[in-house]
This record gives sequence, C-alpha cells and structure tokens, in this order.
Amino acid sequence: MSQPSLFSARILTVSQTTLRIRKLLEGDMELQDVWVEGEISNLSRPASGHIYFTLKDKFASLRCVMWKAEVMRSRPDLQEGISVEVHGRIAVYEPQGQYQLIANLIHPRGEGELFQEFMRLKTGLEAEGLFDAERKRPIPNLPRLIGIVTSATGAALRDMLDTLSRRLPLVRVILCPAPVQGVEAPSALVEAIRSVNRHEPDVLLLGRGGGSMEDLWAFNDEELVRAVAASRAPVITGIGHETDFTLCDFAADLRAPTPTAAAELATPVTLADLGQNLQEMQIRLTDRMLQHFTEWKGEVTNLSDRLRYGSPERGIQIAVQQLDELARRVWSAASHELQVRSGNLNGLSSRLLALNPQGVLARGYAIISRKEDGAIVSLVGQARGVMTVRVSDGEFEVKK
Amino acid sequence: MAKSNTKKTGQPVEELSYEEALAELEGIVEALENGQNALEVSMKMFERGQALVGRCNGLLETARLRVQKLAGDQLLPFEENAE
Repeated sequence: MSQPSLFSARILTVSQTTLRIRKLLEGDMELQDVWVEGEISNLSRPASGHIYFTLKDKFASLRCVMWKAEVMRSRPDLQEGISVEVHGRIAVYEPQGQYQLIANLIHPRGEGELFQEFMRLKTGLEAEGLFDAERKRPIPNLPRLIGIVTSATGAALRDMLDTLSRRLPLVRVILCPAPVQGVEAPSALVEAIRSVNRHEPDVLLLGRGGGSMEDLWAFNDEELVRAVAASRAPVITGIGHETDFTLCDFAADLRAPTPTAAAELATPVTLADLGQNLQEMQIRLTDRMLQHFTEWKGEVTNLSDRLRYGSPERGIQIAVQQLDELARRVWSAASHELQVRSGNLNGLSSRLLALNPQGVLARGYAIISRKEDGAIVSLVGQARGVMTVRVSDGEFEVKK
Repeated sequence: MAKSNTKKTGQPVEELSYEEALAELEGIVEALENGQNALEVSMKMFERGQALVGRCNGLLETARLRVQKLAGDQLLPFEENAE
C-alpha cells in the first residue's frame, strides 16, 4: 500500500468497487465450479423455500444459499452441525456487500469419495464391455415365471408384487430374499441371483427402495455387477429413485427408475391385453367357421343341383312334363274333334230337318196313304178304296 | 418357453396353461384361415378352439399371483402378511 494521495485521479463509488470485486470473484473459474467441505451452522429454511446456512471449519466460515428450484430437485437432508460437501459457485450479493456460495448439490461428507470410486469402477467395467448395448437381451412379452431378488421386508417387494398382481396375475413369482444394504449385502445378492436362475425364470427383477448413495452402495459392488451381467435370465433393475444410477443398472438388460417400474417393464402384456386378444381370436375363429359354413352350403347346393340333374327324379320330371304336354295336346285334339263332330251334328240335323216330310207338307204337298193297309200312294195305280190325305196341319179322307 | 403345440393337441383343455392353450388356439385359427379342411375336421377344430377360448377365459378370470419363496433349495409358499 502506497501513501494515499489527497488528489487521486480517480474515486470509485461503492457500487463500482463492489462490481469490481464481483467481477474478480465471478471471473475466477475455479470458484465457479467448486466443492467445499465443512460443517453446517445457522441453518435457516424460510417460507420462500430457499435454504440459507453457513459452512464452517476451524478457521473460517462461508455463507451459503440453495435456491428453491435446487431444493425441490435434490431435496437435501440437512441438519445443524453435520459435515457436508457442497458444490456450487461463488457469487457476490451487492446490496449487502457479501460473497456467498450458491449451492446446487449437497452431499453428506464421504459421498464425494464414493463417487470417485463409482467412476473408477464404472470406467473399468465399461472397458471390459460389461455394459455394451449388444449384451442387452430382450425382455419376453409374456413371462410365465418371474424371479425377484430384493429385501423380504422392504416396500420395494410390496410395490413389485402389487404391480405384478394388478397387471398380470397369471405369472408365477419366485422370490429370493436378500439384504440390500450392509457389508453382507453384495455376496447375499450374488447368491440370490444364482439361486433364482436355477429355476429358469423368464425374467429377473432386482430391486431396492430409495436411499442415499451409501444405502445403494451394495449395487455398485463389482462382484454383484458381474453376477447381473452373467445372469441366465434377463435382468431388470429397479433400484432407488429416478435420479439414482448404480453400476447394476448399467449391467442390467433393462434399467427401470423404480421397483414398481421394473415390475411394469417385466409385464409388457397385461391381463386386459390378453382378454382383448382372446376376444379377437374368438371372433376370428367364429367368423372363419361361419365363412366355411357358407362355402360348404354353396358347395352342397351346387352338388345337389348337379345330382338332381342326373337323377331319375329329373327323368320323372321330364316325363311328367311330357305327359303334361301330351295331356294338353290330347285335350286340345279331343276338343277339336268334338267341335268337328258337333259341327257335323249341326249339319246332319239341318239336313235331317230338311228331310222332315212335315216341311214338304208345309210347302203344299200332301201324303196319301191307303186306309186299308196304310201303304203310301205315289202312283195312280195304287189308289183304291178309302185313302187318308195328310197335309201340314192334319189329315182327311177321300174315296176313289 | 417355445413348447410345440402339436404335442399338446388333444390334451384336455383343463390341463393346459394359458400359454399352451393360447398357442394351440392361434394354431387352430390360422389353420382354419389358411386350410382347406374337410367339414368334419374343421368342425372338430372349431369345437376345440371354442374349448380353448373357454379355458383361457377361465384362467384370466381366476388368475391370482402365485408367489413362492426360495429358502435354500426349497420353494415355500410366500404370504406377504405372514412375513
């Protein structure tokens, strides 16, 4: 510090000064992406939803804030006095002339190291090809036997069984319970996966409810990850929540965000789908049969037509037809004959009528017969004695 | 999983699992759709198909999740409430 000059060339305002400090701090790249470890104190959670606290160690303290959006996203479990690792960036709050750490991640202390370990393992197994996409096997559409490896007492088991029960109660489940956290968990889980596989399930569910990274740590165990990759049945993992990723998830054939989702992915076809499919099958079956019947009926009709054509029945029909025709012709011939005859009769009758002697008498002729013997007198020599003269309206006698 | 359904043909439908019954039913529907079978054969297939539909429907209606617990090499019935 040099001696202050009374007549400095330039005087800064508070704002200008603060702005300059701000530019300095916020221009420091290391301070903009920093992990800071310390102990929480002065924890405050006002109604705004933001979280304020101070990180302390033996010699210094750092004001911290986590904005509501980040709080909602990561829901950190914070308590006064606990040791944490906070990730964020240093910012200057100009009205108060304060610098603070704007936090976006807060872990209980030690998780940072776990994360390092996680990354180291992941890199190694990835290099071995254990997570390769080509290794992933398809999940069967309609499993008959589902293996479940999880804790016998956790909510994860209930969620999975409830989901399977709701979606596809036709399946059989073989459960192999195993502790899902603690030092004995990885080897127990490895053994459970092998045991269940001996029953040849169509798919295997590996599940665990939510928890901290430490709680889920068993699922990053190298031996367990290898057992998942080596499983005979395809594996679906549902470990923790949406945001949790374990190495088992990478090794699995399918990763579900939760145990419930794992059970859903294991049953792509539900009971309702089966019912609908069955209904369609029945319709196809009946339709096809009705169609066959229609075809057969057509065939039978056709055959019976052809049969009738060649059968005696047809001969008889033809005969009957011929008979009918004959009958018609017979009738018409007969009636013609009758007509003819009746015509003749009329002719005869008129001729007969013309021959009636009465008609002759009416024209003025007379018939003379001998009274003694009734003989007709048509010659003069025949006339003798009393004779009867017959005219048109009667007769009288004459004497020769 | 892939069980030959011809092997199962003729088996009483009550003895068939859902998958077996469905596989056979699918076979019958296909045969009826593609085949030129004699009336009697088709009628038999149709009747078998109807029986299979009945079997499947029955299984769907009465289906209840069967859970077994693996204890060592033994399979024991698992009752969630009893645990």
